[in-house]
This record gives sequence, C-alpha cells and structure tokens, in this order.
Amino acid sequence: MEVVFLTFILVLSVFLGFELISKVPATLHTPLMSGANAISGITLAGAFLSAGAMNSQMATILGTVAVTFATINVVGGYLVTDRMLSMFKSKSGDSK
Amino acid sequence: MSIDLIANLSYIVAAILFIFGLKMLGHPNTARRGNGFSALGMFIAVVAGLTAEGIVSYEYILGGIIVGSIIGTLAARLVAMTVMPEMVALFNGSGGIASLLVGWGTLYSGDVGTFTAITALLAILIGGVTFTGSLIAYCKLSETFISSGALVFTGQRVVNSLLLIGMIASAVMFCMNPSPDSQWLYVVVGLALVLGIMAVIPIGGADMPVVISLLNSYSGIAACAAGFAINNNILIVAGSLVGAAGIILTNIMCKAMNRSLANVLFSGFGSVKQSKAIEGEVKPISVEDAYYVLEAASNVCFVPGYGMAAAQAQHVVKELGQILEANGAEVSYAIHPVAGRMPGHMNVLLAEADVPYEQLVEMDDINPRIENVDVAIVIGANDVVNPSSREEDSPMYGMPIINVDKARTVFVLKRSMASGFAGVDNPLFFGENTRMLFGDAKESISGVISQFG
Repeated sequence: MEVVFLTFILVLSVFLGFELISKVPATLHTPLMSGANAISGITLAGAFLSAGAMNSQMATILGTVAVTFATINVVGGYLVTDRMLSMFKSKSGDSK
Repeated sequence: MSIDLIANLSYIVAAILFIFGLKMLGHPNTARRGNGFSALGMFIAVVAGLTAEGIVSYEYILGGIIVGSIIGTLAARLVAMTVMPEMVALFNGSGGIASLLVGWGTLYSGDVGTFTAITALLAILIGGVTFTGSLIAYCKLSETFISSGALVFTGQRVVNSLLLIGMIASAVMFCMNPSPDSQWLYVVVGLALVLGIMAVIPIGGADMPVVISLLNSYSGIAACAAGFAINNNILIVAGSLVGAAGIILTNIMCKAMNRSLANVLFSGFGSVKQSKAIEGEVKPISVEDAYYVLEAASNVCFVPGYGMAAAQAQHVVKELGQILEANGAEVSYAIHPVAGRMPGHMNVLLAEADVPYEQLVEMDDINPRIENVDVAIVIGANDVVNPSSREEDSPMYGMPIINVDKARTVFVLKRSMASGFAGVDNPLFFGENTRMLFGDAKESISGVISQFG
C-alpha cells in the first residue's frame, strides 16, 4: 500500500508542477530554472539519515559528502536566484 | 504528538511554500518574494529532516552543512553574471551527485527490500547522469578541456545503446541480490557516470539551453527517486515539481528551434550540407555611417545573441539604448527564446545592465511590428535571425526566427563572416537592407556612442 500511496503523491505533484509552470514569461526563464534547481537540493533532507545513522563507515562517508553537495545546491541556488532577481527592474526604478 | 508526526506536518508546510514559491516565480513583480518563500520552505524541510528517527550523530551532518554553505555562498556571490549558465550547470551537478550518494547510502541501512533497491538504483542512475552530464555541460559552456562544438563519432549510438543495456543488466543483477557489497553496484555507479558524459558530448554549444533545462529536470527526478528509496514524501513532491518545471522549459526551448527533443539529443546538427550557395554582396558600414543612420532613426530594436555575452557588451548596449531614447527613438530589445546558452540568458544579462524588463520583448511580440522598426541591431546573434529557416530546402527549415530582415535597415555586428553554430550560411548578411559592422561588438558600439557624445 505504501508504494501506491507514494506513487499517488508523485502523480499529483507532476500534474501540479505542469499546471504551475506552464505560463512563465521568457524574462524569468533563468530565475525559474535556478530557483527550481535550488528546490532539487531537497535531497539534503534525505541525506541526513545516511550521514548520521552510523550504520557503517561507508554510509557515513557517502551521507556526509551528499550533505555537503546538497547544501551547495540549496544555498548557492537560492542565493544566486535572489541575486539575479534583484537585478530585474521595472521602468519605475524600484527593484522587484 | 510524536516527533515523526510533527516532521511530516512540517513537510506539508514546506510543500505548500514550494508550490507558492514556484507560482510566484512566474511573474516579475512577485518573483523575488516567491524565491524567498521557497527558501523558507526548504529551511523548514531541512529542520524537519534533522529530527528523523535514527540519526544518532550530528557532527558529520553539521560539518557537511557548514562546508556546503560556505562553498555555495561564495560561488553565488562572487560569480560574474556572464558565467551564470556555467554556475547553474554546476549547481545542477551538485544536486545530481547528492541524489546518487543518498541512493547509494540507503543500501547500507540494513534490510534492503526489492522496492528500495530498485528506487535507490534509479536515484543512482539519474543522479549519476545528471552529475557528469552537468560537468560536461559546464566544460562546454566555459570551453575548458573540451570545445563547445558537438563531438560526434561513428558508432556513437551503438556505443551508447550498449552502455545503456549494460547498465540496465547490471542493475537487474544487483536487484536480484541487493547488498551494498555487491560488485554490480560499483558497475552501475560507474556506467551511470560514463553515460552522463556520453549523453552530453554529442550536443553542441548552441543547443545548451535545451540540455541545461533537461539536466535541471533530471536533478528533480533523481531527488524524487531518492525520496521513494527512503520513503520521504517531501523529496517526492519537491523532486517531481522540479522535474515537471524542467520538462516544460525543455519543451519551450525545443519548440523555439522547431526540433524534437530526440533530434537535439541524438543528432550532431551542423553536419548537414548547405544545398545552395548564397550569392550576393556583403555591404560593410563604418561606425560614422552607422551613427548617421541611428541618429535619424525613430524606432530601434536590439537583437542580442550569445555574441553579446561573449563580448560582455550588455552595458554598452544599454548605454546606446539610453542615448537613442534620449534622442527621441523608441527602443526595444527583442529576445529569441534560445538566444544565448541557457533559457532566458539574454534577459539576465540585460537586467544586469539595468534595462527595465518592459523593454524586453519576446519574438512573437516583435515580429508583427518588425516592419515599423527603422534599425534592427543584431549583436552576436546568427541562427535566431537566419531567414533561410523560411525556405523548405534549408536544414534549419521551420525554426521560428526574429524577422529582422523585414526591418527597414539591419545592422549586423559581427567579428567575421563565419556562419553560425548550425553551420548554415545566413542570407541576412547579403540582404539589400543589411549593413555589416565588423569588429568586436563592444568596441563597435562604444564607437557609435562616442559619435553621439
């Protein structure tokens, strides 16, 4: 049943994703991509278990490296997206 | 209430924030706040993840977070806007390798069932392809180690098919007896990494917008697979949102080139022979003459391409645009969806140069009124303004272009007469109303600006 439940979530999220993003102006393609990329660093939440469960030395090493890379993805991704978006300015001059 | 329940409720909050964040990223006015929402969601999800049952030691986790945060912050702050495509590729790769490692690490968690083994392997496969694929994309974009061109050799498809079959076979062998000590595991990891390299090598520089958005999608799917392996809802939700976003962008990019995804991925475009040579005369123009024409123009449209990024000309372009506006001309910037090396590349560069986004117009908006444009200035763009795409016998036939050849006058800023990435001659350069301004784009524009001064 667990598998069916997870698949159910998957299918709904995919549809939701398509609905959410189908209409994005070309101006925002790069921020959208890098913002979405930052979200894919969510793997971080999963990496904690391998890194901290102390199952075996190998698992700890794999987990720690995973935590490091996923953090780079998350922190770098959000900061760089914010930096880009801070440059998008309207004619009225206020930064959006 | 148990901690597990609180963690799962937090995941729901995080998912809602991701969804709103992505939604708000779709409009310029709300985009920055949307990104903030999404970051807040990530923070909540990460804190909730830290409470997971079974974590006994936090030192390695903290170490990893600190090192990762430092690297991520430095990279995001220090990098120049012109190398943004490379940066996005590298971040993508980090997400990919993280999913690979999470999938791999899961196999050590004791009793591994068949379902967990399969999903963990999927995370390894997709994560591995994302990782090395992104590294190759990075190398191609920055032209380190390899050139940006398409690398095609005979039998490439056969080799790739064999790799894929070998990978699936090893994956099946592993799943029959899932143990982290199995040799098949190392074979799968190795083959996934090789496959990522082989998949991106035959794709040329100008097709990079497609590749980057596709790899972005893969990194989401990899996170999603890792979510299945460790039974984590938020990984599945967030991963599939990203996967869907990437697929949509990929699709937009492919449409903008009138090519199917399969065509972009598997054919080294450019090997096609030109069916007929273009005859005509190229008419160069001097900076002074360009100034006289621009001075009299009342409607000017800039059409930037990768060359503008390469010459770092965005600031002088904007300066010229301002001067022309002050001179009474209507100024716009027409941007083709695949101009540059990533989706929206030109928009980001022009935003960096403080061009208000109202002046950036999309292809479909400028084409109906291109006849009213007095001067279209093409800066380092080639294939996206190549009118031969309207002729049926051209290899580029069907690609939608910005119809600059229908403007009253066209200035083309170009280093030399070399053809574009697609290797197809551009009849635009021989057009009756076309004037070629040869030389470095930045210097040429600075020259025109100084004439105004």
